[in-house]
Amino acid sequence: MADPTTTPVLDAPVLQVSGATVRFGRETALDDVDFRLFPGEVHSLMGENGAGKSTLIKALTGALALDAGVIRLDGMPVRIPSPLDAQRFGIRTVYQEIDLLPNLSVAENIALGREPRRFGGIDWRAMRRLASEVLAELGLTIDPASLLGSHSLAVQQLVAIARAISTDVRVLVLDEPTSSLDADEVAELFRVIRELKERGVAVLFISHFLDQVYEICDRVTVLRAGAVVGEYRTTELLRIDLVQKMLGREIPAAPVRRHAEPDAETPSVLGARALSRGARVRGIDLDVREAEVVGLAGLLGSGRTELARALSGVDRPDTGTVVLDGRELGIPGPRRGIALGVVYSSENRRTEGIIGALTVRENIVLALQAQRGVFRRMRRARQTELAASWIEALGIRPASPEALAGTLSGGNQQKVLLARLLALAPRAILLDEPTRGIDVGAKVEVQNLVGELAANGMSVVFISAELEEVLRVSTRIVVLREGLVVANLPAEELSSGSLLALVTQPDDGA
Amino acid sequence: MSLTTTRPLDGLRARVDRFTSRRASWIPVFAALGILIALLVAGQVYFGNFITPRVLSSLLLDNAYLLILAVGMTFVILTAGIDLSVGAVLAFTAILGARLLSEGFPVVVVIPVMLVGGSLIGLLIGVLIQFFDVQPFIASLAGMFAARGLAFLVSLSSIKVEDPVILWLQTKLFYIDGWFLSPTGIIAIGVVIAGALVLQFTRFGRTIYAIGGNEQSARLMGLPVVRTKLLAYVISGACAGLAGIVFTAYQGAGYPLNGVGTELDTIAAVVIGGTLLTGGSGFVLGSMIGVFVYGTIKTAISFLGAEQSWTRITIGALLLMFVVVQRVIVARSSRR
Repeated sequence: MADPTTTPVLDAPVLQVSGATVRFGRETALDDVDFRLFPGEVHSLMGENGAGKSTLIKALTGALALDAGVIRLDGMPVRIPSPLDAQRFGIRTVYQEIDLLPNLSVAENIALGREPRRFGGIDWRAMRRLASEVLAELGLTIDPASLLGSHSLAVQQLVAIARAISTDVRVLVLDEPTSSLDADEVAELFRVIRELKERGVAVLFISHFLDQVYEICDRVTVLRAGAVVGEYRTTELLRIDLVQKMLGREIPAAPVRRHAEPDAETPSVLGARALSRGARVRGIDLDVREAEVVGLAGLLGSGRTELARALSGVDRPDTGTVVLDGRELGIPGPRRGIALGVVYSSENRRTEGIIGALTVRENIVLALQAQRGVFRRMRRARQTELAASWIEALGIRPASPEALAGTLSGGNQQKVLLARLLALAPRAILLDEPTRGIDVGAKVEVQNLVGELAANGMSVVFISAELEEVLRVSTRIVVLREGLVVANLPAEELSSGSLLALVTQPDDGA
Repeated sequence: MSLTTTRPLDGLRARVDRFTSRRASWIPVFAALGILIALLVAGQVYFGNFITPRVLSSLLLDNAYLLILAVGMTFVILTAGIDLSVGAVLAFTAILGARLLSEGFPVVVVIPVMLVGGSLIGLLIGVLIQFFDVQPFIASLAGMFAARGLAFLVSLSSIKVEDPVILWLQTKLFYIDGWFLSPTGIIAIGVVIAGALVLQFTRFGRTIYAIGGNEQSARLMGLPVVRTKLLAYVISGACAGLAGIVFTAYQGAGYPLNGVGTELDTIAAVVIGGTLLTGGSGFVLGSMIGVFVYGTIKTAISFLGAEQSWTRITIGALLLMFVVVQRVIVARSSRR
């Protein structure tokens, strides 16, 4: 049952959806959904994976047709059969993978498709001027003649927004715009979004980062299991209540029982001695003991991923050594690392983890089979048994070993990856951003799992950009900055404030 | 400090930065120009009478057909595709034209037939790639076999061309002060200019670059990707047909075994001229420089009196060097 909606300050919605229903076979992805978007507001669509968010967005942007229900633009019912039609109605989308052309100039990326002409050909000067004007409207000073590819991802995204608003735009949909941005870049993006608000553009902001949603959005619509739970103002809804509405159940305030640090005599399982690799890992000393969760905290570029990869043997270090149980080792590659019981889970789940074209079963047994070699094939029944037990242990949905891994949600894919690594019964596991891009419920499950692994004696290295998460999960926290260890402390001695300070402030002292 | 404004650097540094951020794709072309100049200078130093109007004019004359082929190939490679059929299409249109002329068809009919013939084979390749999802390598390979087979169908042996118009294209020489130019040279230069203008100033041309940059994005941006890709291969085929006309004029005959391996020379010239095989970056003017590099090496080899096969070996070495340099440039820019 939907909560009563709050009264809007603005008059008529620019976009209004009534009774939207979408069915895929027997599954109902959207169930009688009502949704309103007003000009000049920043609105967020919140919900777990599978709640119907992406289905609703696809319907709004012309990628999907509604089975029932009406979409109204300025009060007039419209049909949006294709993305180009959505664009013509003024609904423009900026996707996470910036769909622009890096080999062409900024001006072309903004104007191509409606370039100014002269004598039957393209008028370059006019095009550059047009681009400058659009960029200036957003307060950006990017050289329109420069190649798009010469700019950072954050700037490219701003150009994508510039392209989106260069024609009459009524609704701007931003799909996970901040996943690859640092704090400065997010601030710049938000400034631009506020500019757009001033101009009366309605912005649909889709993001997993609750903090950002609360910072920039005026209102929130919560979806759960294909239905609308309610429409709220961000000023009138507590974070904890928002999450509860998304999950439909109470979440504990401290969801992970962080167990105590191992005592001082526990020997180190995996360690680094003066490990160096390029500019991102500069002479690092580190130890991970049994039953310990070492959280690596730091900003983008501080070297966390590079350190984890060097520790697990994925990348060869330039100088220094990796020690396993006190013995110096060169680990020349991930195969050797796995053989020694050290496994790494990459932050690029899709390109360095899951093989989407294979089934869940095949993904789970992959590393195990690789270890056994090509001549000792696991019997199919054994594979299915193994997959089924991991599916149950980790709560992977859908619970079918034959489902194609590429069709699973991010959270479930992460669990499949974990199952693959855990099936090897490693001694040390290095998890790089395991909860990135997955919904709140799955995040908590993964965090709990990490705690359980450590409680069972495994050594865990945990990397996450979310400091709260690092604090909750780790027994010990190592702060990296620009390739150097800045702090190495038990987690209970830190608070989110002090950790943030360590991560961001310049280090004075050793 | 906004992330979009650059810090105020001293003038020169800022200008270099701006140059690389605006014109990074010109760098391989300048490298090719450098190589060309170096070759010419080296030849002059070694042989003494290398950089003369006679030698340079011959450079254009002897390689006019390759210049035309290179323009068409540039369009295709810019879309991240490839056209292996151009040598065979050149031979097919040449022998077809020679046969038609020898059977009395007027040249006014034969020339358009040759052009249309080349364009149709290009269209066929384009359709295979676009609508049947065949890899450009395979599709154009099929086109190559088809064209070569068709050439043999037309005639198994060479056919002499005596049509005065065709012969005039090659033999009529305009003299200016020791320099000479033939109509075929003029045609070749015309094709280069037309190609450069189209790529720079038309939406079609920019779409070609867009497809090479990221085809999916180009589609999402609403650009006419399907039409453009087809047209790129049609243009390559048409250029092959035109090159067939020019080559026939040059040789005075059509021969079904012409142009074997010419597609590879063409690709080499285009790559040496700074066009990336991965698509999206390169210029017709660069391809022209690549053709002249090829021609200069060929001339130098003949000056040396060495076997012509040395040309291929030298081109091969140069090509390898260029591809390695291109990889370094691409790797350097993507690491940023």
